[in-house]
Amino acid sequence: MAQITVDRKLCDNHGQCAIASPKVFSMNDEGILKYEETFDDALLDEVEEAIDVCPVQAIFVKD
Amino acid sequence: MGERIIVAGASLGGLRAAEQLRSAGWDGEITVVGEEAHPPYNRPPLSKEVLAAPGTPEEALASLTFRPKRNATGIQWRLGTRITGSNLAAGTLTLEDGEELGFNGLVVATGLRPRRVQAPGPLAGRFILRTLDDALALHAALVPGARVSVIGSGFIGCETAATAASLGCEVTLVEGRTGPMERPLGSALSRGVRALLTGRGIDCRRGVSVIRYRGTESCTGLELSDGTLLHADVVVEAVGSMANTEWLEGNDLDLGDGVECDRHLRVLTAAGQPVPGVVAVGDIARYPDVRNALPARRVEHWATPSDTAKIAAPALVAAINGLPPAEAAAPLPTFWTDIFGTRINGIGSPAHARETRVLEGNPAHPQAGVAMGYYRDNTLIGVVNAGLPASRNLHYRQLVLDAGVLVTT
Ligand SMILES: Cc1cc2nc3c(=O)[nH]c(=O)nc-3n(C[C@H](O)[C@H](O)[C@H](O)COP(=O)(O)OP(=O)(O)OC[C@H]3O[C@@H](n4cnc5c(N)ncnc54)[C@H](O)[C@@H]3O)c2cc1C
Ligand code: SF4
Repeated sequence: MAQITVDRKLCDNHGQCAIASPKVFSMNDEGILKYEETFDDALLDEVEEAIDVCPVQAIFVKD
Repeated sequence: MGERIIVAGASLGGLRAAEQLRSAGWDGEITVVGEEAHPPYNRPPLSKEVLAAPGTPEEALASLTFRPKRNATGIQWRLGTRITGSNLAAGTLTLEDGEELGFNGLVVATGLRPRRVQAPGPLAGRFILRTLDDALALHAALVPGARVSVIGSGFIGCETAATAASLGCEVTLVEGRTGPMERPLGSALSRGVRALLTGRGIDCRRGVSVIRYRGTESCTGLELSDGTLLHADVVVEAVGSMANTEWLEGNDLDLGDGVECDRHLRVLTAAGQPVPGVVAVGDIARYPDVRNALPARRVEHWATPSDTAKIAAPALVAAINGLPPAEAAAPLPTFWTDIFGTRINGIGSPAHARETRVLEGNPAHPQAGVAMGYYRDNTLIGVVNAGLPASRNLHYRQLVLDAGVLVTT
C-alpha cells in the first residue's frame, strides 16, 4: 500500500487531481477536496499523474 | 559520444520532457540547458500570490520550485546557460560561450518572452512579468498609493492589475483593442470581468492604446490614443508574448509563431516534413487541434507542457530507435485565472467558438457563479465557469469531453 498526504494549507481546491486519479481524489459538492491517504500500489502511476497536474504542488508521497 | 538527448529550456516544459523521456524508457544521457539560473519553478503564482507577498527571494523560489519525480534520475542540468544557435541536420547546439553540444535527440522547450509596447519614450520604469526576477522587481515597486498603469488586459494584465489594487495601489488598466480577457472568454463574460475589476476601484480604459511614454530618465506617464495623459509611477506591459525561436533560425523551419509541429509534436520543416529526432513541448509548440479540426496553434496554458511532453517524449525515443510514433493523444486545453478571489476556469477551445450560451448564472456577476458554453456548429467546444465549486468544473469538463468531435486524419 502506498501513502500520500495533501498539504491543506497549499491546496487551492483546483480539482485537477480528481481528474487524474478519481479513485483516490474527489471534490465534494462544496468543491472541497476529499482523498484517500492509503491506496493500492497499482494506483501509483495515476497518483503520480495527480501530483504532476496539481497547480500548487500540494500532494506529497509518504515514504 | 554516447547517446544524448538535449532538452532546450529549463522551465515546466523542460522538466516534464526530461521526466517523460525516462518514463518512455530513454536511459541515455539527458542534458537540460536553461538560460535562467533557477531550477524549474511554477509561474502562475508570479502574478498572484508571489507578486502580492513574495517574502525573501529564497522563500519565493522555495515555494515555487517543482519537486522532481522519483524516476527522473541522472538528468544533467546546465542552468544559467543560453543557447545561441543550432544545426539540426548535424545534431549540434551552440552555447553562449561558443561551446558546441552534440545530440541524438532534441526537445525544444524555450517557451515565450513578453512582447514589449512599441511606443517612444524612456525604457526605465517599465516592467514585464514572466520570470521570478521580474515578479520580485515589480513587487518592490507596488507600494501602497503608487499610481500603476497596466497595459494589456489578457490574463497576466488583469491578474497583475488585481494584485496591485489589493496591495493598495491606484491602478489604471489600459485594455487595448479587446476587453478584459475577451479573446478567450467572449464579450459577455469579459464585461463581467471588467465589472469585477472596476468594482474594486480599477480604472479601466477601453479601446485605447499607448502612443507615447512620458518622462526623461524614467517613465512618469503615458499618452493614450484618445489624447488622454496618465500619470504613472509604475508601468506594466502585458501585451502578449513572443516565442524564443531565434536559436533555431537557419534550419529551414516555419518559425512564424512558435515552432510548427505535427500531432506527435515532431518539429516540421518549412515543407512540412518531420525533422529527424527533434520535438517541441510547452508554450512554444504550435500543433494541430485534432479535437476540433482547427489549424495548428500554440496553447499558452500551464497544463500544456505536461500534456505535450507526454506525447513528444515517446515520439522522440521512438524516432531515435527508428520506430514510428505511437498513436498520439488529443489534449483537452484547460486554464484558470484568479481575479480578486474569483476563480475562472476554462476547458476546451472557447476562443474558437462561433456562438456563446449561458449554461448557468449570469455573466454580469461572475463572482456569484456562472458557466458559459462555447459552440461551433452546435457542438460544445468549450466551457468557461467562474465562481463555482471545483465539482462543477469537473462536471463541465465531462460535458466538453462527451461533446468532443475527434478528427483523426
Ligand atoms: C505570470 C504568469 C502567470 C501565469 N498564470 C497562469 C494561470 O493562472 N493559468 C494557466 O493555465 N497558465 C498560466 N501561465 C502560463 C504558464 O506558466 C506557461 O504556460 C508555462 O510556464 C509554459 O512553460 P514552458 O516551459 O513551455 O515555457 P516557459 O515557462 O516560458 O520556459 C521557457 C524556458 O526556456 C528558457 N529559454 C528561453 N530561451 C532560451 C535559450 N535560447 N537558451 C536557453 N534557455 C532558454 C527560458 O529562460 C525559460 O526558463 C502563467 C504564466 C505567467 C508568466
Ligand atoms: S489538484 Fe492540488 S490544489 Fe487542486 S484539489 Fe488537488 S491537491 Fe488541491
